[in-house]
Amino acid sequence: MKILVPVKRVVDYNVKIRVKADGTGVDLANVKMSMNPFDEIAVEEALKLKEAGKAEEVIVVSIGPEKAQETLRTGLAMGADRGILIKTDETVEPLDVAKLLKAVVDEEQPQLVILGKQAIDDDANQTGQMLGALLGWGQGTFAYDVELSGDGVDVTREVDGGLQTVSLSLPAIITTDLRLNEPRYASLPNIMKAKKKPLDVKEPGDYGVEIKNRLTVLETTEPPKRKAGIKVGSVAELVDKLKNEAGAI
Amino acid sequence: MTTLLIAEHDNKALNEATLRAASAAAKLGDGFDVLVAGEGAGAVAEEAAKIAGAGKVLNADNAAFAHQLAEPVADLIVSLADGYDAIVAPATSNWKNTLPRVAALLDVMQISDITEVVSGDTFVRPIYAGNAFQKVQTSDAKKVITVRTTAFEAAATDGSASVEAVDNTPNNAISSFKSEQLAGGDRVDLASAKVVVSGGRAFGSKEKFNELLEPLADKLGAALGASRAAVDAGYAPNDWQVGQTGKVVAPKLYIAIGISGAIQHLAGMKDSTTIVAINSDEDAPIFSVADYGLVGDLFELVPELTSALD
Repeated sequence: MKILVPVKRVVDYNVKIRVKADGTGVDLANVKMSMNPFDEIAVEEALKLKEAGKAEEVIVVSIGPEKAQETLRTGLAMGADRGILIKTDETVEPLDVAKLLKAVVDEEQPQLVILGKQAIDDDANQTGQMLGALLGWGQGTFAYDVELSGDGVDVTREVDGGLQTVSLSLPAIITTDLRLNEPRYASLPNIMKAKKKPLDVKEPGDYGVEIKNRLTVLETTEPPKRKAGIKVGSVAELVDKLKNEAGAI
Repeated sequence: MTTLLIAEHDNKALNEATLRAASAAAKLGDGFDVLVAGEGAGAVAEEAAKIAGAGKVLNADNAAFAHQLAEPVADLIVSLADGYDAIVAPATSNWKNTLPRVAALLDVMQISDITEVVSGDTFVRPIYAGNAFQKVQTSDAKKVITVRTTAFEAAATDGSASVEAVDNTPNNAISSFKSEQLAGGDRVDLASAKVVVSGGRAFGSKEKFNELLEPLADKLGAALGASRAAVDAGYAPNDWQVGQTGKVVAPKLYIAIGISGAIQHLAGMKDSTTIVAINSDEDAPIFSVADYGLVGDLFELVPELTSALD
């Protein structure tokens, strides 16, 4: 079977972002970009299934600017077989991302789509669930463990009280949480090999999807700052402050 | 504008997150109804009927809703959506899971994790792990919204709404519940605790983590939390993780012990009223958000603090 893994190009996990002074957004000029960390986990999970003989092909797909090719090449260097870039310079909201991915699924007919549970830029946590809805597939979100059997998949999910395991019939959607696996690093030879792997470049129009944003960002602001606190010298002083100054205990 | 508020519950009791989301729902306009989707959750529906401002409570009682799987519950909500202008749920793992499914079925772009209702169509929400906030206006006629519960006060519970049964038998052949491992126990719920004691990797072992933090948490009536590093190291279960990708908490008192304060962690706790940090590294980023910082060896300071609270 085929596994489709959507990947997003986002500001690198380690970058401390800055809000533009005029409130129009986040400053992305000259900022290091990487694959969304949850998507790396998704690629890794797909590759593990392939290596276990449970899948034949892993396809990475990205929706974004020309430079999202780099993100796809990262996926290919990790071991994915081929890539699809749906090229657009517009901001694409999760609902339209899901519509585009549905069109890719209709064409490629994968049995599993594995996505990161959320992108670390917009923190929306929607795309996988939306894709599940549009396809009428079951979803195993926030995956902690994935067990593939003949015609189904058991997904153990991280939920508020602990863990929950659901059984899904195939085809199905999985979204990854942090502890599903440790993504591999691409080795230099594999990075070189990835440059020769097939990568199709398409546009939203090729899939008959019109990008129609529903949300207008009116303003982007810094979070309120906490006022600087103090260092206390001893446990006794701490307890005194908590009791008599903060009224916290 | 009438809103359908989705209740968070475990079939036995209404979770406080629902009351907080109710405050957000109330700000949208002309009142709200509450949906309880579960199995044998009559007591939850009765509790929900007391939420101040609730018009009525819809009790959808069916074995298929027992574990609130996304597929049947999303279909249920969509079947009720015609009568409402907005669908609102707390951003708990349950509704983070289910609500985007509802949104896509309604062809609506969901607004996730709102921290403020500016008007009926304009909301504030965090992006980049809470390092920035966006004010967004939606053009969708119907709104689908999840609420960051720490940003809203709990609604009062002096109401007396009526409870109506909803007859809905879902046809779900694509997903089923298999098993669950829930922590349970007597410990206070992390998301709604007034005091949270959190530990980091500096504890060095699960044994030390429990041995030092449990007595302190017991003294304070606190919930226990952990940094991602401590969870990854196996010192604490995954549902204790405080941070952008774990739980977002805003207790009256948050005590971070042996936690350096990665951005991800700070995003999950920096709205707490009072923050205490105990760390051996005086330059640790956690001190930048702490009201009271104590530099030193946690293996000495934690037992000392525990006994000082007698």
